[in-house]
Amino acid sequence: MPFDWRQIWEVASAPDNVPIVALLFLAPFYMWYALRQGIANDKLIAILESDAQAAKTKYRKTQEWDPKWEREVHTWPYLMRMEFLVAILVTVLLMAWSLTLNAPLEEPANPNVTMNPAKAPWYFLGLQEMLVYFDPWIAGVVMPTLIIVGLMVIPYIDSNPLGNGYYTYKQRRFSIWTFLVGFIGLWVLMIVIGTFIRGPGWMWFWPGQTWDAERVDYAVNRNLDQIFGIDGSWLAPIFHTTKDQAAIWARAIFGIFPLVIFFIVAAILVHWVCTRTEFSKKIYKRMSLLQLVTMYTFLILMLSLPIKILLRLVFTIKYIWVTPWFSI
Amino acid sequence: MPEENGDGKSKTGILEKAKDSAAALRETLTEKAKQQATELKEPEKTQLYRSIFRVKHDEEPRNRALSVLSNVFFHLHPAKVNRDATKYNFTWGMGGITFYLFIVLTFTGVLLMFYYHPSKIQAFRDILYLENDVPFGKLLRNMHRWAAHLMIIAVWLHMFRVFMTGSYKRPREFNWCVGVLLMVLTMLLSFTGYLLPDDQLGFWAVTVGTNMARATPLLGNEGPGGPQMGMTPYNDVRFALLGGSIVDANALLRAYIWHCIAIPLIVAIFLGVHFWRVRKDGGISGPAPVMLESEIKEERSPRPVILRPSGMG
Ligand code: HEM
Repeated sequence: MPFDWRQIWEVASAPDNVPIVALLFLAPFYMWYALRQGIANDKLIAILESDAQAAKTKYRKTQEWDPKWEREVHTWPYLMRMEFLVAILVTVLLMAWSLTLNAPLEEPANPNVTMNPAKAPWYFLGLQEMLVYFDPWIAGVVMPTLIIVGLMVIPYIDSNPLGNGYYTYKQRRFSIWTFLVGFIGLWVLMIVIGTFIRGPGWMWFWPGQTWDAERVDYAVNRNLDQIFGIDGSWLAPIFHTTKDQAAIWARAIFGIFPLVIFFIVAAILVHWVCTRTEFSKKIYKRMSLLQLVTMYTFLILMLSLPIKILLRLVFTIKYIWVTPWFSI
Repeated sequence: MPEENGDGKSKTGILEKAKDSAAALRETLTEKAKQQATELKEPEKTQLYRSIFRVKHDEEPRNRALSVLSNVFFHLHPAKVNRDATKYNFTWGMGGITFYLFIVLTFTGVLLMFYYHPSKIQAFRDILYLENDVPFGKLLRNMHRWAAHLMIIAVWLHMFRVFMTGSYKRPREFNWCVGVLLMVLTMLLSFTGYLLPDDQLGFWAVTVGTNMARATPLLGNEGPGGPQMGMTPYNDVRFALLGGSIVDANALLRAYIWHCIAIPLIVAIFLGVHFWRVRKDGGISGPAPVMLESEIKEERSPRPVILRPSGMG
């Protein structure tokens, strides 16, 4: 099929998608901007660390400095003029955007005419994309809760005292990588997939493919136990139940194993990463048991997302663990 | 004739007096006008100005400080700030931009409320009316919409910069948490507004969004443990959110009230806490002097066993 530019343009120029297109540029830009300042500071740190005398006398910032200058300046005018300037710029930008692009308005709401694809607002598309990989109670309820709580525990589990109030990369490698993976790799990327890749029926359309509402996906998703051919019906006489019952129980018990294996392997991996360098070990020793357990739990749960996504997209596996009440 | 004389004298006297006073008046008037004009060049010296702003404004340090401290809006700020923090590159102004967008949204939102009825009969028509007949109505709606999207991007980027500068570390842990709640509230604010035009876009977005609530563990009719708890489509959390089992008139009213009253109020309260804590935590965290690894101090305060450094590893 020919490369469908029109389709790409249609999605990218939909008024409500313009913010994501903006985010596609803004997120990398600010990532670069932050890391650039971090690297500049890292160079300064390297100099100070190799030269004890300089560490005592040098101005420990990359900003310009003259001993004659005051360390603090008046808020008015030096800070507030910047704020007013930025406010004016934002207003101009918003005006320009509002004059050139109209807010969308579709037909009146009609429960009988389904929108296909029916998409949540773009900032929730990451969660909607998660519906592909997890049951709604996980994607819609458990995961948002974990994200919120996970963000809130960050200050309490990060016991690295360095990098407080200045950009740095070297002094905070692990936390920065974790945050970037979570924010850019999972949150922003899932939104981008939900916006640009998911077409009618929430099916996967590569950029350039036409969004064909008639397309049917024949991919068959299987559960892990089916791949392993777990059939517990022979257990029926032992437990005095029907064959169906026995099969259900066998499946439920089987599913525990891959999960346990995942948790053990993930914990080892997380532990390895957390204690890889001398510096990491030092920080690790400062952490209390409660902090360690909390951090490992959240890191392991975070790691389970890409694993589940991979299992689903590449190996077409739907559930790992099937029980009569819920499935994961 | 004394009378005539007197009359004549008094006549000329009156005339002269009038002339004199007219001349004097002219002089004082020009004088006064000049004075007024020079005063206007320095409006900060007028009684009116002083009555409003409470302090004299001379270009001297004390007054620069006072003009910030004695103004109810400006005194969110300290009188003086870290000289390096006034540059764009540390904060990117992102918190400020987020706040400014919140103000813009409040302003345009109130104007929109003048034209909008949260009822199934009128909501959609009101939007059409706004778009086609209300002067600047289309601009108003567009600005409200795009400012909302921008605010979400700004709040994410603000969180990102706070993370990258390590500004959540002691003593700012709690303010980070307040921030996380503000971010969630910002997204909920946007989401509740999505339904209000009562068009297909909002309807299906909210349908998709609230369908997830069906699956809430224990509290949703399709969630694990839900049916066992006696949940049906007519009494679970989704029902509570929508005021019904489908997205309809009640859902519209609820979205309207959350969007225009409840969430903005909650956000305002949290914003107050957020800003207050920025000040109480010692202002913006940086740009701080870099710290070296060799300068890390051992933690000493005695803590319960589970909170003590594990020493493992
Ligand atoms: C409605 C949303 C928010 C508004 C209006 C807001 C506003 C602000 C403002 C104006 C500042 C001053 C410094 C700056 O401009 O960067 C600030 C600082 C701060 N914000 Fe926010 N914020 C919001 C959300 C958040 C979020 C989502 C977080 C983190 C998860 C957060 C955490 C912080 C912290 C820790 C500081 C102190 C930073 C420092 O000392 O360098 N805020 N906020």
